[in-house]
Amino acid sequence: MTATTRERAPYRAPAPLGGRPLRRRGLAAKAFLFMLPALVILVAFVFWPMASALRLSFTNASGFGIEEWVGLSNYARIFTDQRILATLGNTALYTVLFTPTALVAALALALLLNNRLLIARGFFRTALFLPFVVSLAVAAFAWTYLLDPQVGLLTYWLRALGIQIGNVLQDPVLAMPTVVAVAIWKSFGFYMVIFIAGLQEIPESLYEAATIDGAGPWRRFTHVTLPQLSNTLAFVVIFAMIAALQAFDQIYVMTGGGPYRSTQSVVMELYQEGFKKLDLGMASALSYVLLAATLILSLIQFRFFGRREKDTL
Amino acid sequence: MTTSTTAAGRPRSGRTLSRWLLAAAVLLLTAIVLLPVAIIAFTAFKPTAEINAFPPTLMPTGWTLANFTRIFTDLPFGRLFLNSFLFAGGVTLFALAFDSLAAYALARLDFRGNRFILVAIVASLMIPFQATLIPVYQLVAQLGWVNTFAGLIIPRAADAFGIFFLRQFFVSLPRDLDNAARIDGASEFRVFRSIILPNAVPALLTLAIFTFVNNWNDLLWPLVFTTTPDMGTITSGLTLLTGPGGIIPYGTMMAGSLIAVLPLAVMFLIMQRRFIESVATTGLK
Repeated sequence: MTATTRERAPYRAPAPLGGRPLRRRGLAAKAFLFMLPALVILVAFVFWPMASALRLSFTNASGFGIEEWVGLSNYARIFTDQRILATLGNTALYTVLFTPTALVAALALALLLNNRLLIARGFFRTALFLPFVVSLAVAAFAWTYLLDPQVGLLTYWLRALGIQIGNVLQDPVLAMPTVVAVAIWKSFGFYMVIFIAGLQEIPESLYEAATIDGAGPWRRFTHVTLPQLSNTLAFVVIFAMIAALQAFDQIYVMTGGGPYRSTQSVVMELYQEGFKKLDLGMASALSYVLLAATLILSLIQFRFFGRREKDTL
Repeated sequence: MTTSTTAAGRPRSGRTLSRWLLAAAVLLLTAIVLLPVAIIAFTAFKPTAEINAFPPTLMPTGWTLANFTRIFTDLPFGRLFLNSFLFAGGVTLFALAFDSLAAYALARLDFRGNRFILVAIVASLMIPFQATLIPVYQLVAQLGWVNTFAGLIIPRAADAFGIFFLRQFFVSLPRDLDNAARIDGASEFRVFRSIILPNAVPALLTLAIFTFVNNWNDLLWPLVFTTTPDMGTITSGLTLLTGPGGIIPYGTMMAGSLIAVLPLAVMFLIMQRRFIESVATTGLK
């Protein structure tokens, strides 16, 4: 860069507030240098693998050189092979159990913690958020012990209340709700904090006006809180659904996908096909199914938030 | 909140009662939520006989450190801890450096193609890492990086979320500062290093915490890129304790879990305000 260009910079039209950066010569090369490390990593480990996974999904690659083009047969198998189709069903069930439950729990606690009658709100917020820093794997260990059919504390307490849960992790019906419960335990605090922030954005005057109009707590909730919170709600719903599609850790630890594959999620199947059975073609096809589901949800989210993102992008 | 003329302003006796009931209810809920954390902390110090006794108890009667010594003989636990630290720390350092550099170019340099690259990065935000795991593994294997820190760290040395997050923050910083520095003859790198970075410490810290926690806690990634027990992380190493069938060694497992959680819990408690507030803003962006 020469002194003239540097001196010229201040004479340019001043950039409007939050507007476009100043355009100067030689900038592309400089910008390229700034971005080089990140771009190398992203191209090598995100963009190229995306293309590579798509190609692999049309082959029967095993990682040992022999690799034939098999067209759509991997995808056809996903939707016809009952074993694999069931993993899509399991992930759908997981998502349907996880999203509304986590949401209601998070919103209920957010409302409680946002109540100004509550003392020590900061303490409760921190305490309830704590599970979020615990890894799903470690959470899974703790819950496995709590639910142990012989020596589990929770099993014992529930039995004292007259509820026999038996061996939940070996129960084809109860295993799925159990691994979902662990995920809810870990992540509700995250959503709760987002809800609290959303609640604090709602102007107090709306509640005062509603009260003057004779609205009780329930009507204030349905007519003020929920509509005012709709953007936050939409964000959290999509966010939770995308997280649910990726279910793996606690399933791997607690059930290994069993019993009778009742908790075998898409990512569990992807891991086993790709790294245990070395069917890279099938694993890649599954990864594209996962990607398609995620993209659909993300696009819905972008439609929701597109208007607000535009002015910052 | 400025017009605080409602309930909270003047508590009367009825209010006081409901305040205590509310606090009691929330306290009970919190206790239930924290039960798994408590069971990890208490069981870690329980003798094996007490762990397998019936009826089960929450608190140990005889405290012992036996589980902690056993975790170091059952697993290369010191090594696993170090691996976790180097992996999560390494990813965090690289990602912060590379992401902030790229974010600077995208936020401050109006080069041709700026918008195209930004859109590509935002689009790649939607790609879950599980979707590219197979080809990424093939690449890492070809490079001979399986079971190395390079294999664990380098594929994550930059990430789209970090770049986008920092870019949004940099854009919000006033332009006058760096324009003034440019007039004084500062190079772009100098503007980046001595104007933008010091002003972006909160955003950098938030990103650092998120990146560190996510990687420290990740299970699938170390499971895929390491195959020897010596190169695993705490999270992946502890899963080796639950062999197929047989009795689960709860004592050692909880001792290991406690050590795995402790650094994050301490970090979280120290920085909880920033941590929670940064989460809160993700929903409001």
